[in-house]
This record gives sequence, structure tokens and C-alpha cells, in this order.
Amino acid sequence: MSEVKKERILKISILRFDPTDPKDFPHIVTYEVEEADGMTLFIALNEIREHHDNSLMFDFVCRAGICGSCSMLVNGQPKLACRVLTSKLDANISLAPLPLFKLIRDLSIYTGEWMRGLSERVESWIHDKEEELAFDKLEQRMEPALADEIYELDRCVECGCCVAGCGTIQMKPNFLGAVGLNKVARYHLDPRDKRSDEEYYEIVGDEDGVFGCMTLLGCEDVCPKDLPLQSKIAYLRRMMIQTAAKN
Amino acid sequence: MKIIYTDVLVIGGGLAGLRVATGVKERGHDVVVLSLVPPKRSHSAAAQGGMQASLANCKMGEGDNEDVHFSDTIKGSDWGADQEVARMFVHCAPKAIRELAIWGVPWSRVHRGEHTSVINAQKVTISESEEAHGLITARDFGGTKKWRTCYTSDGTGHSMLYAMDNKAKEEKVEIHERLEAISLIHENGRCSGAIARNLMNGELVAYVAKATTIATGGYGRLYSVSTNAIICQGIGQAIALETGVATLGNMEAIQFHPTAIVPVGILTTEGCRGDGGLLLDKDGYRFMPDYEPEKKELASRDVVSRRMTEHIRKGKGVKSRYGDHLWLDITILGREHIEKNLREVKEICESFLGIDPAVDWIPVRPTQHYSMGGIRTKYTGESQTLKGLYSCGEAACWDMHGFNRLGGNSVSETVVAGMLVAEYIADFCDSDESALNIDTHTIATFLKAEKDKMEALLTKENGEDAYVLRRRMESIMMEKVGIFRNGEDLQAAVDELEELYKRSKNIEVFRSKSRGANPALVNAYRTQKMLKLALTVAYGALLRTESRGAHSREDFPERDDKNWLKRTITSWPDENQTIPTVSYEEIPIEKMEFPPGFRGYGKDLTVVNPETTKRQGVVDALTEKLVREGANRFEIQNALMPYIDKLPKKYQGTNERLGENV
Repeated sequence: MSEVKKERILKISILRFDPTDPKDFPHIVTYEVEEADGMTLFIALNEIREHHDNSLMFDFVCRAGICGSCSMLVNGQPKLACRVLTSKLDANISLAPLPLFKLIRDLSIYTGEWMRGLSERVESWIHDKEEELAFDKLEQRMEPALADEIYELDRCVECGCCVAGCGTIQMKPNFLGAVGLNKVARYHLDPRDKRSDEEYYEIVGDEDGVFGCMTLLGCEDVCPKDLPLQSKIAYLRRMMIQTAAKN
Repeated sequence: MKIIYTDVLVIGGGLAGLRVATGVKERGHDVVVLSLVPPKRSHSAAAQGGMQASLANCKMGEGDNEDVHFSDTIKGSDWGADQEVARMFVHCAPKAIRELAIWGVPWSRVHRGEHTSVINAQKVTISESEEAHGLITARDFGGTKKWRTCYTSDGTGHSMLYAMDNKAKEEKVEIHERLEAISLIHENGRCSGAIARNLMNGELVAYVAKATTIATGGYGRLYSVSTNAIICQGIGQAIALETGVATLGNMEAIQFHPTAIVPVGILTTEGCRGDGGLLLDKDGYRFMPDYEPEKKELASRDVVSRRMTEHIRKGKGVKSRYGDHLWLDITILGREHIEKNLREVKEICESFLGIDPAVDWIPVRPTQHYSMGGIRTKYTGESQTLKGLYSCGEAACWDMHGFNRLGGNSVSETVVAGMLVAEYIADFCDSDESALNIDTHTIATFLKAEKDKMEALLTKENGEDAYVLRRRMESIMMEKVGIFRNGEDLQAAVDELEELYKRSKNIEVFRSKSRGANPALVNAYRTQKMLKLALTVAYGALLRTESRGAHSREDFPERDDKNWLKRTITSWPDENQTIPTVSYEEIPIEKMEFPPGFRGYGKDLTVVNPETTKRQGVVDALTEKLVREGANRFEIQNALMPYIDKLPKKYQGTNERLGENV
């Protein structure tokens, strides 16, 4: 005789709102879903959309924790929803869109605009005025350990969790946030980027940059990629103080 | 009516699309990229293990060059590839990787001195040379003679995509996000842009361009379990098909990756096996050496996937509620290696399986992974039949992969094809030929047609549920158009898919009636398009009565070079037809640099074409003569199959390597 396991009934409460509908207002709807083995929030939300409410909006792309699309508040914590196994949660689950980002509808947020702004603000690309695209020649050498160190910081997926978990941004909306500071640290480390310390100071050497951070470090707590945000912010701050003292 | 004019429209913001966009922009043309998601979230980011380029820096890559990469690629394709295109590709792969190194990808580097590696379940010591220190290193992948797959840990696609997107931002490439191209504007065999739908507010926008490029990736989501991102639904191929003019190539050529986790189908990279990981059965027995004594776990992907399926069919799989699976064992590599070089794999195992791969075995089984087929193009990336329409990357059938792609050749193709196609498009835009003669009435007609389709879906009554049709399609593809195929199942698949397609004309969007952001509406129109595409795959597979690469017919196990050395071409010329039109394109043996042979897996079941023997004779005689005369490898290659003049001038140069051409 096969054993029949009784699955839990999950009660998933979702903060819903369609800002383009003048009659709509933010409200919470609760859906009941039967749990299955290995169920993630990706599976649960798709089940709700297919069987309960086909108008529910959310953003999944890779559903493997790689692309950073599905960040939302899960029981109040910023998380990549695709990686959350329901078995690790209580049967009552609350979901809300990631705060501080432009809302498209329900759990879907517009991170693209923010990503572009971030990239342009810190100019997250290699700056080399002498750069010559010598693609027929042997590549420039790099110390293997340094390449690994750069990759470590390059792993950021710009999901926005650190922004949602940041106490400083709540008060100073123009604060760059850990994601931006990490990028500056990444390019500063990269010998291919020829920007001077002074040029980096122009980008982050102020209250909206590294000196604005109140060191609450919610960013490091919620980063799904376990980036060393705390040590990189500390490093940047030391570097910027040195640069300021030098001038 | 909102019309946006530009020189070049690029549909798709992954690696291929972004590389095309930056290339044409650099040549002075205006460009707009349409992307379903912010480009950094594209599926390119999911490529883990690496990019093939014959740099020959590391010890195990010594002696590698374009010739070796070429023969691996052609063998891997089971001789289905276009050999000139494959030559163009292997010649430019080192250039593309070096360009990306300049743009910031932190490629893993060679470290001088000794290091331990696992090869064939044995720990071996490899000694790297002093002169290679700090150059880009590589790992082993399936179906390759040398260690050629360059990487950044197992987040290669992520690093490449980020560098590429950052470059596009530096060049101020205009990117319109959450914009979905839903039809192509075309008239008299000339494509002049696309109608796109804004997924945030439902607005329809016409984009008019001299050249339109489709770089939307593969169509893996026709299958219920796929490693692909959920946006890889083949809509790019479908809108090309719906023109009735553009054609698709080899749609039945679908790759299954041996090691996706069970049940969710998330990929664990081929790098796991490349770095020394093993496949084990329910008894913990390493079975691959029994099937493929030479290459073992590192046989070509199609071969490993079939062997795993065979082994499961013998009752050697591990039972689970989601069906049988096998084990991938990477514990032998050690924690340090896993945490440095396979960290995405580790995260995936922790998050989705709750296991630690440094200690536990990973449950895996072959899963849909890659689309070799796509929009059929010339070597320039332009459609063979619709002028002004281009395609590259996984979306295209360019065709360097034939019937099976080698691991590491896909991200490599995206950037190589991207940089080449950008030049051909720029040349086209520079020429008088590209002048557009289109009136706004035509644009309005195309725009209205799409508006009417949306209205019909929203206002239909007593119609069909798109989710039901789509789920059924996905399981038909999975069960009947999978790793092993046979005539009976394929016929049943075609019949039922045709039925589903007819029903899909009657889809109704239930309840969710918003004309703005509306996921149910999106699912409805995509399902209609996906069903057409599924039919091209299943019908092409039914008609191809041979086994070649990833297309494996149990009722026709031979690779039949006499009758089937040709590409399947599908089109949909009449809106009212319910089965695609199929024709074939010969792959001429008499022009091949590398005539068909035995791939070296299992038994040789080739039905030899008499032309093969003839051509092999010519190739051998010519090679021997030139060697005698002291010709170098470039001269010999050029005599056998000249291709270099087809490349844009700037990419014709010889590649430097340690000890060669420096």
C-alpha cells in the first residue's frame, strides 16, 4: 500500500494593485494552493495564475536564481522568489512587490529604468582612452587571483534586494546603495579601467555615495548572491578618505 | 498611430542582439533594441560553463587552433553544419573573446606551475608554463579534442552579458524594454520593421527600419521541461514564419542536455563533467565507460543524453515521484574546486534541492536545452528569402551547429555572429539597396491587423483556454518529439498539434480583459504562435527518416548521407494552412573541406554517399600535394575551401597564439 501524504494548503496573500486602472486601489488577495514536493514560489505563483486568477502579474525569467528578475518581499524580506522553497515557510505566506521601485502591476516592478540609471551614474564600463581593440593579438595578461577577485564582485545580478533592504535609501532616495558602491569597487579593482582615484571620488565621494551609508548593512543581510558588501563599502570609504586627504 | 523610425531594429537584448546593436552603432547607424526584459536579465546570463575559443594557452589546450576547433564543430554537428560558416566562426572566436576581455570580462586565467585536476576519475598533476601565466585559461567540455572552453567560474554568460550590456550603455545604444515584437512589417519580399506591443501598458507601436534583426534566442519552452528561461518561447522565429516569406531551418534539431536537475530542469553545467564529474546509476555504478569507452562522460551532448536514456530504460535509473533519474557526482572534485569554479551549481543545489554537492550526488536527467534550428539565413545573417530581415544567435539557423551543438559553442556563436552580422548589416545600410519605400498606409494596415487580433482574443465568447492548449502542446513535445523519436509517435504528435492549432484560432482570454498589462492576453497570443512553431518541429522530425546528431529515430537508426544530407526548410505561406510547407536545401559534399565520416560513437551506422568517397579522395590528394610543396596550414585550408573573403575586412587577420604568429 502506498502511503498517502497529506499536503499542506498554503494561504498566499498577495498585495495587488494596477496603477493604470483608475478604479483600482492597493489591496490584499489571499489564494489557497495545495503544496507539492519541491514547490518554489515560482511554481506556486504560476499555479495561482493558471487556476485562480489569470490577471496576476509577476516577473520570472530564468527561475534559477541567476537573472535577478523576481525579487519581491516574502514575509516582509527582500528575496529572489524563484529560489524560495515553500517547505521552508509557514503555511501563511505574504507577498508584496519590492518597495522603492516603480510598480508595473501586482508583484511586477520596473527595474530596467533603475538599472540603466545606475549604470550611467557610476559609468559601469571600462574607461581606457588609449584602448585599442587589438583582437588579433595575445590578450593582456592578468594575475589569476585578481581575475577571481573581480569576478567575485561581478556576480551581482542587480536584483534590487539590497536597495529594498537599505535603511539609508528610505531617508535619502538619491543614495547610490550597495549595488552601486559594489560596482565602483569592482571597476576600481580592475586594472583595465584607467580611472583615477579622483575620478572615482567624483562619483561616490559624497553624502549620496559612500559617506551617506549609515552602516546598517541590511544590504549584506539580504543579498542573494552573498556579495561581500560590508567589506567593500568599508574599503571604498577608506580609499575615498585617503583621496580626499591627498588633495 | 505611433511610428518610430530607425536604421536598424534589433529584436532581442541578449548577447547576440546587443553585439549587433553596438556594432552597427559604431558604424554610424541608428539602432533601437527591443527587449522583453532589461537586457541583463536575458537568458544569455544563464550560460554557465564557458565559451569556446582556440586560444591554446593552458597546458591541456596546447596545439589547439582554428583547424581543431573546426573539425570538432563539424563532427559535433554530424556533418549537418555549413562548413564555410563554421570556418568563419572558429576564425573569429578568439577575436570575440579578446574583445570581451578588453571590455571587462574577468576571464579565469592560467596560473604558472603545478595544479591538480581530475581526469577520468583520477587526480592528475598538470604543469602550466611560465609564458602562459596570466593569459585566459580553459576547461574541458564534451566532444572537443582540446581544453578550449574559456570561463569565469560557472557564471560565464553572466559576465559576458554584463560586459556587453555595459558596453552598449557606454555607446548609448537605445533600448526599449518590455517591448515585444509581435509581427513583422513586410511587402513584396522586403522587411521594413516590426509591430511591437508594450507589455507595461498594452500600447502597439510600429518600428520602421532599413534592417530588422531577430536575436530572440531559442524555442525551448515548447517543451514542458526545459533548461531555458521561461521567455524562450520562440516568438522571434514565429513572427518570421508568419510572414509567409521568411523560412526556418532544421527546426527538428533540438538538443537535450544530459545534466539538468530533477524535477525543475535547471541546468548544471557541462563543466561539472569537464572538470571531472561522473555519471552514476542507481547502484552508484559509473556506466558511461561501458557505452563510450573513449570519451565516456565527455562524449558529445546528444550521445550522452541518449546513453543515459538507454541506461534508464534498462531499469538502472533511480526511482522518484517525478520519474527516473541518474546521479551526477562531483564530490570527487573537492569542496575548494566546487566553491571556486562551480559556485552557481552549488547555489542551485542548495536552493532547489537542499543538498551540498561537495558531499551529495545531484539528481539529473537529460532535458531540453538548445535549439539548433531557427530562422534560416545566408552567411551574412540575412534571411534567404526576406530581404532586410536578419537573424543571429540561437534564434538563427546560420548554420554552424547542424544537428548537434557542442557545449561552449553557443555563447561563442552569439558574440561572433553578432560582430559579423553587425558589419554585414552596416554594409547593407550604407548601400543604396537599403533605401525603404514604404507608405504609412502599409504600416497602418499591419498595425490594425495586430490590434484586431488582440480585440478578438479579448472579446471572443465560448472560446478555448490558452493554458489548456499550451500545456497539452508541451507534453506532446516532451513525450513524442523527445530524445528518441519514432514514426508512430511523431505522426500522432503532428495530428494532435494540428488539432490544437486549429482550436487555438478560437482562443478566448477569460476574465482578465485589461487592454494594458495583461499576462493572460500575452499567454493567449503567444500560444497561437508557439503551436505553429511546434508543428514545424514535429513535422520536420516526422519527415526526416534518418538519425543525425540530436535527431534520433528508433525506426531509422542510420545516418543516411545518401538521402538526407540536407537541411529541412519550413515556411507558412498561406495563413489558412494548418501544416507547415516543407522543402529541403542540399548540403553539397563536393564543396566540403571535411567530408562526412564516422563520429566515433557506438557503431558506425552511416549510409555513405558515393560523393563522400570522391570528395575525400580530392581532399587527400590536394592536402598531400600541398604538404609536399611545404604549404602552411592556412594555405592548405584555403585551397580546400576558401572562406576568408566572405569575412568583413577587419576580421580577416591571423590570430596570435603562444608560439604561433606572434
